[in-house]
Amino acid sequence: MRTRSLDHLICEHPFFAGLAREYCELIGGCARNIRIDRGGYLFREGEPADQFFVIRHGHVVLEIVAPGKGPLRFLTLGPGDIAGVAWLVPPYRWVFDAQAVELTRALAIDAGCLRDKAEQNHDFGYELMKRFMTLLVQRLHAAQLQMLDVYGSPR
Amino acid sequence: MAEREAEHSDDAAVINRAGVAALLQALVDSGHHLVGPTVRDGAIIYTDITGLTDLPQGWTDRQAGGSYRLERRGDAALFGYAATPQSWKRFLHLPTVRLWRAERTDDGFAISEAPEPARKIALIAARACDLQAIAIQDRVLQGGRYPDPGYAARRRDIFVVAVNCGSAGGTCFCVSMQTGPRVRSGFDLALTELIDGDRHEFLVEVGSPGGAALLAQLPRRRAGGDDVAAAAAVVARTAAAMGRAMPRPADVPALLRRNLEHPRWEAVADRCLSCANCTMVCPTCFCTSVEDTISLDGRTAERVQRWDSCFTMDFSHVHGGSVRASPRSRYRQWMTHKLSTWWEQFGTSGCVGCGRCITWCPVGIDITEEVAAIAASDGAGGARGTP
Amino acid sequence: MAARADGASAPFLPRIARVRSRRRETHDTWSLALDAAGMAGEPGQFNMLYAFGIGEIPVSVSSDAAATGPLVHTIRAVGAVSEALAALRPGAALGLRGPFGTTWPLAEAAGGDLVIVAGGLGLAPLRGAIRRALAERGRYGRIAVLYGTRSPADILYRSEVERWRRLDVEVAVTVDHADQRWHGNVGVVTKLIGRAGFAAAHATAFVCGPEIMMRFTASALEAAGIAPARIHLSLERNMKCAVGQCGRCQFGGSLICRDGAVMRYDRVRPLLTIREL
Repeated sequence: MRTRSLDHLICEHPFFAGLAREYCELIGGCARNIRIDRGGYLFREGEPADQFFVIRHGHVVLEIVAPGKGPLRFLTLGPGDIAGVAWLVPPYRWVFDAQAVELTRALAIDAGCLRDKAEQNHDFGYELMKRFMTLLVQRLHAAQLQMLDVYGSPR
Repeated sequence: MAEREAEHSDDAAVINRAGVAALLQALVDSGHHLVGPTVRDGAIIYTDITGLTDLPQGWTDRQAGGSYRLERRGDAALFGYAATPQSWKRFLHLPTVRLWRAERTDDGFAISEAPEPARKIALIAARACDLQAIAIQDRVLQGGRYPDPGYAARRRDIFVVAVNCGSAGGTCFCVSMQTGPRVRSGFDLALTELIDGDRHEFLVEVGSPGGAALLAQLPRRRAGGDDVAAAAAVVARTAAAMGRAMPRPADVPALLRRNLEHPRWEAVADRCLSCANCTMVCPTCFCTSVEDTISLDGRTAERVQRWDSCFTMDFSHVHGGSVRASPRSRYRQWMTHKLSTWWEQFGTSGCVGCGRCITWCPVGIDITEEVAAIAASDGAGGARGTP
Repeated sequence: MAARADGASAPFLPRIARVRSRRRETHDTWSLALDAAGMAGEPGQFNMLYAFGIGEIPVSVSSDAAATGPLVHTIRAVGAVSEALAALRPGAALGLRGPFGTTWPLAEAAGGDLVIVAGGLGLAPLRGAIRRALAERGRYGRIAVLYGTRSPADILYRSEVERWRRLDVEVAVTVDHADQRWHGNVGVVTKLIGRAGFAAAHATAFVCGPEIMMRFTASALEAAGIAPARIHLSLERNMKCAVGQCGRCQFGGSLICRDGAVMRYDRVRPLLTIREL
């Protein structure tokens, strides 16, 4: 029963909208429900990227620490978002820190589990990749816009 | 001045050289400052004149891309030349105008208009293209919601003695722009110079009640059918001798609109010096800048409006830099404005076919040739690569 | 009605206005409340402000002419004139011509949802529209104010934005960069569009900010289902005369001072991507 409810949560999440029932079940088989209190970390830079997070409630901020500057925050993720893409490609290590800025509920998906299923079922893998590719292109465009510093003073 | 269209009508008359002298004197007597053509520094220019003897009798001009020189004619024609280097713009849309002065007061400052008194001027020997150019500047400078009061005041009282062109310049293309060589509106009196053997007369047509009243004071005879026919022949001969033609002018606005990335802009930019000559000599170019200055003691300030040009870097400056940093974009702006976007902005073309921009371009860039080149490869320059 | 408020008979002649109060918004931006009898401006319009002996610049109206209260202009001190204007103290005189240009089409937006997207200083030209919409709240469905700026220190009208949040408005603020003292959103303003609640089929959008930001935003709003004809942008070009005669603010067939600054996205879209137009 518990697994079935996770399938539902996955199918209802905007990121997986329109995904076939059987694929939701495949993902659900790698998922567990988690909660992170405000100030807690979903992942930290340098640690193995062995899972990713499907955010259901709350907000998470991506940040990186520079000596003398403290954490620099560059992206807030909320309900409907995915936290964590480093699990997709070797060396499977987190590049940033992800901190919950309020009580956050998410599904944590076991990355190794999902990668294995994608290898065994390329149709499933392709569906998954299409969604992650969209996410990555959107993030890339957003990052480029941020990098341009369009609101900066002209001198 | 009435805006009605003149035809070779019953009230047409014929005058001779003495009649022209009398016409000029009558204008002076009625309080007009004469502005007309005279030879100065190797060119026929429009400037203040006093009477018949100042006119460029027996002179003509030879014009080509990047070239202008005066030559003697074999006759004593008064108006036997084509477009002058500068247009009438200098007298109506002044190169420099002080808009106002400001003065420090105890609690801030006060601003007062300091209008220069408008002179009552008579334009002598304005051509069809010139009159069309004035009509275009009227639309820009006094046809909108905020008429320029200085322009309107100078414009209001002008008396226009027009001349139908008796010779076409090497860079003229008014026929293709449908603006000449025959004057159709915007004048008080229109002359056509008739020279044939010993004959040297002028057909005079009336364009306004003021023109009719002035004509009535002149020694003249009633025009006959052969006088009217002779004048029509002069205009027809000029029309047939155009130095250039704008290719398919009605199609040009859309042509340029869809070719903003055409490689020809790059090619013309390689030649263009961004010198702004074309904009200075153009009779319709109206762009200006303002300068704010302050006296050394900080007590008084003023604002001066000056002609400006879309070829300067400062023209399109927004904080951070110039919108049109490349010569390519500045030439494209000038030409597309003149021939295309002017329609959207003011409901008319910005080009009258006078050819000044061709003659006075130091490298001889020819607006008609540039349009033809783009038309010949319409659609080139899309960002899709070439096979 | 007495002489036309916009000075159509003497379009080049500034009238004298006085600074009533001055407020620092960010490290380089100040708001001036002006005593300018009879001179105001609708949301979306701009005035030409003159600093004695230095020069004149266009500055958008940041107040709502329909409300009581002074004319407000928000000025970023980035050049000689804007620095001089931003430094004016209460009681000081400045020259003012205007108002000029088009307005945010609030009447057109009535009956549907209103999505307002601001980037950086672009909140200033939208402030009057937001205040007007709040004053006549019942005319609109949902109202969303989405505001992106550089960093938390660059947020304009900070206390007022907080106040909007407590009214019947969805307010979301995001910054490009922040440190850990900031608990709000970090990321580009377009990210807020997906999270905002509005019925796209009947929504109208007002967008103002740097041109790159407006291109991205208009595209994202269209992707979210708002018709391009209902997306309105406020464009900026060099201006000197403000009355369509100096030729500087040309944008293709438009004169921004006369046909803008607020313009419809479907009409300007083909030109927005032409370089150096």
